[in-house]
Amino acid sequence: MFSVFRDLIRYNIEFTIGVVLVGVIVAFSLLSFASPVDPTAIYTTIPDMPPSAEFWFGTNSRGQDLFWQLTFAFRNTLFFGLTVAVLSRIISITVGLTAGYLGGWTDRTLMFFNDIFVAIPIFPILILFYFVLRNNLDMMKLALIMACFGWPFDARLIRSVALGLKHREFTRHAVFAGMSPARIMYEEHLPYVMPIVFSTAMANMIWSIGLEVTLAVLGFTNINVPTVGTALYWANNHSAMVVGVWWWIVIPVVLIVMTFLGLFLLAVSMNEYIDPRSRLRRMGA
Amino acid sequence: MADDILTVEGLKAYYQMNYFGVEREVRAVDDVTMRVMANEIYGIAGESSSGKTSFIKVLAAAIRPPFRIVDGRVTYRFNGKPIDVAHAGEDEIAKIRWKHLSYIMQGSMSVLNPVRRVRSTFEDFAFRPMGLKRDAFWEAVEAHLARLHLEPGVLRAYPHELSGGMRQRVTIALATVCRPEFIIADEPTTALDVVVQKDVLAMIREVQQALGSSVVFVTHDMSVHANVTDRLAIVYAGRIVEEAPTRTIFTAARHPYTRHLVASLPRIGDTSPKPSLEGRPPSLAEPPAGCRFHPRCPIAVERCRREVPVLEERPGGHRVACFRADEALPAEKILNVEEPLS
Amino acid sequence: MKDYLTFALKRFLQLLAVVFTGISVAFFVSYLSPISPVETIIGRVAGQSAYSPEAIESLRQTLTELFGLNVPLHERYFNFLGRFLVGDLGPSLLAFPTPAMKLVMLALPWTVGLLTMSTILTWLIGNILGGLAGYYQNSRLLKAFGVVAIGIQPIPYYIVAFLMVIIFGFLWPVLPISGGFSMNVRPSWSPEFVVSILRHAILPAASLVIVGLGTWFLGMRALVSNIVTEDYVTYAELAGVKRERIVSSYVIRNAIVPQLTALAMALGGIFSGTIITEQVFSYPGLGTLLVRAVNAGDSAVVLAVSCIAVIAVATAIFLIDLLHPLLDPRIKAE
Repeated sequence: MFSVFRDLIRYNIEFTIGVVLVGVIVAFSLLSFASPVDPTAIYTTIPDMPPSAEFWFGTNSRGQDLFWQLTFAFRNTLFFGLTVAVLSRIISITVGLTAGYLGGWTDRTLMFFNDIFVAIPIFPILILFYFVLRNNLDMMKLALIMACFGWPFDARLIRSVALGLKHREFTRHAVFAGMSPARIMYEEHLPYVMPIVFSTAMANMIWSIGLEVTLAVLGFTNINVPTVGTALYWANNHSAMVVGVWWWIVIPVVLIVMTFLGLFLLAVSMNEYIDPRSRLRRMGA
Repeated sequence: MADDILTVEGLKAYYQMNYFGVEREVRAVDDVTMRVMANEIYGIAGESSSGKTSFIKVLAAAIRPPFRIVDGRVTYRFNGKPIDVAHAGEDEIAKIRWKHLSYIMQGSMSVLNPVRRVRSTFEDFAFRPMGLKRDAFWEAVEAHLARLHLEPGVLRAYPHELSGGMRQRVTIALATVCRPEFIIADEPTTALDVVVQKDVLAMIREVQQALGSSVVFVTHDMSVHANVTDRLAIVYAGRIVEEAPTRTIFTAARHPYTRHLVASLPRIGDTSPKPSLEGRPPSLAEPPAGCRFHPRCPIAVERCRREVPVLEERPGGHRVACFRADEALPAEKILNVEEPLS
Repeated sequence: MKDYLTFALKRFLQLLAVVFTGISVAFFVSYLSPISPVETIIGRVAGQSAYSPEAIESLRQTLTELFGLNVPLHERYFNFLGRFLVGDLGPSLLAFPTPAMKLVMLALPWTVGLLTMSTILTWLIGNILGGLAGYYQNSRLLKAFGVVAIGIQPIPYYIVAFLMVIIFGFLWPVLPISGGFSMNVRPSWSPEFVVSILRHAILPAASLVIVGLGTWFLGMRALVSNIVTEDYVTYAELAGVKRERIVSSYVIRNAIVPQLTALAMALGGIFSGTIITEQVFSYPGLGTLLVRAVNAGDSAVVLAVSCIAVIAVATAIFLIDLLHPLLDPRIKAE
């Protein structure tokens, strides 16, 4: 595992850039633990100060130091993305492996629901949830709801791999050795799908964070929790771009694009590592 | 020679790779010289990864990086005009493709475009080289299919609707419809079951006789060679080790590797255990010094480890690359007899 | 033909299942709402002038029946399904008493138009460029485009739309940045009106295209660079088939099938992008209506938009699915 990581770092430029970008953002968000200010307090400092030696990212119109404010925003956003990714991975692994290994009616039923979930547009449903829950829609509930919608695409992918594994020699050995289906899936098949799980987790984080930002920009989340989306919401609310407080918008946008780009590159380079054909292409020419 | 249709001289073609920073050179074709005459079926035999597929990729002018021609010439002579496909431009080669030089590819299952009807493939491949008007073209195609005992209905089918044997016959029809002078057949029967195999072989021979073309026929299956080819070359680790009329190969082979291949063929009434060759084919990335067969050769001597034997001409169109070609080979040595199973 | 009809029927049943599940989820979620539309209206009416308590009580009863709130949950659910079939989801609050469904139907063509136009453009351009980039892997121009695509692809819809507004609204104001058509043109089929509609659609469509292009480009490039190693492509090259023919009929033609599947999968996400983009450009479609309805606490319209969105996306996926066997002859055989 470690040698794979080392090889990727050394020879795959996309992976290296991805690791650096995500690493920078994660380190930035971890600074929030050392923050001298309370992210929910407003008017703690002079508002609308441009970036300077004292305020690295400037201050916003609500009198908050943008640097520390954004450390909290990114911590919450990344944690949110990670929660959705982990929860939806659990569902997609369970559904994918079960459908692929058991096959037959189980497979057909699971894939039937899978296809329904793929076809339902999630955004109006999320807005509906906000409409109903209003400020009770906290990050944890939102993550849970999105996890319930974020699994079907990847479940299908995992299923297709599991279908192939089912007919492999080692699976037959495990069956003859009397292993239960649950143990075969968990102990024998899970390791094979882990690379897919990792690469889809990255794509899933991009998806969930993107939706969170979109919802928050519209003001459809709890706007008092600092996230990247609510940071942009407040900036819009104070017409930051129009009154010339550009850093309030530009800095979070640059950081979030860095995050997305990093996650995307990680997903792509892992995919390439999984697919032997593209690895072969890298070997040649 | 006047009736040579293909002359290969000193051909070296290597895979040059750079994988995760490690340079690797695989000498898939290493110093091959041979020729194919008009109106003959020339067989190439060898184990998998002996370089025979790489060799015919060069013959078919189908090389792509990381595979490169390092040295040598591959000259075809169509209508008296020579063309060296190892050095000619892609435009020049495109002019001879299919019209003069065609190819029956390994794995007929996947050589036809899966989302289009067979008809469109015929049109794409053969319409331009044949240079006929549309009606005359389809007439010619259908006549050709009829000659190969194929219904014109196959043109309307999608590849997945045809059986494996049928698909291979269609591919052969496709490769021969322009009446090419030279046909390269790469394991055309390998994936087929035995009965179908026989039909397909008969079909290839029939077309070859009808068109008077030359065929380079590649397969690892010696019994297929015995059935179809006129002359036969044995390839080992990127080199031709022996070449002779097929009959000579099966009756009077001189190279120990060839003799092993022939000895391992099953014969009617023969119940003796078949020999297996010890060791594995050498890595083409780091081939052994001297004769490449020496680590597995039962009669190797010190000289074989140091010097590379050249392919020496003998009477009767027979060429062998072995220092000990004239040694009598004790049967038990090549046969490497194992205990019979009880 | 018979195979195709069976296939189409199966897909249609699936469409019904998706719609049923979608609108049921929407109904039950909205049922949890603590906001009563009746009280919202009464609050609004009572605030405007003085009414006697009796008048308010009778109004409350009338409204409760009007919204169908006077029965238990399961009955309300079946009522909802029944009324949904005839397209009646009760009056809106945004423009009381205009039916919610009517507001949705007024907004729907704008969204469908914008979404269809930008999706088809994005998909076609992205796939063609991606296909070429996958086949001509040494082209510097296409390589450069790939780098740009990787950079743009992760930017959220909202941000691109917002940048467009800043650039074309403030820095270089050549195109309209809000609304669906100019206020001074009367809606009719006059050339001015059509031109006005198109001009207003450029920026929202362009921001949708810019965000979407990268995904299709990168997906197609990856697909094609695998397909070029397939035997049938190598074989066609060996036969001296013309380059353009190979790229179009062999490479792209085979890559289109998985990309069509991907399009069906992506439609839900594209719809979300359209909602936020409409909001930024105040485009008179479903997205803008949905946001207004949420802010006004109009549950009938929110529910109606959600249901219509489910139907619209599911129908689009259904239509794409119907195309599938026509493009890939192997699907019919299954």
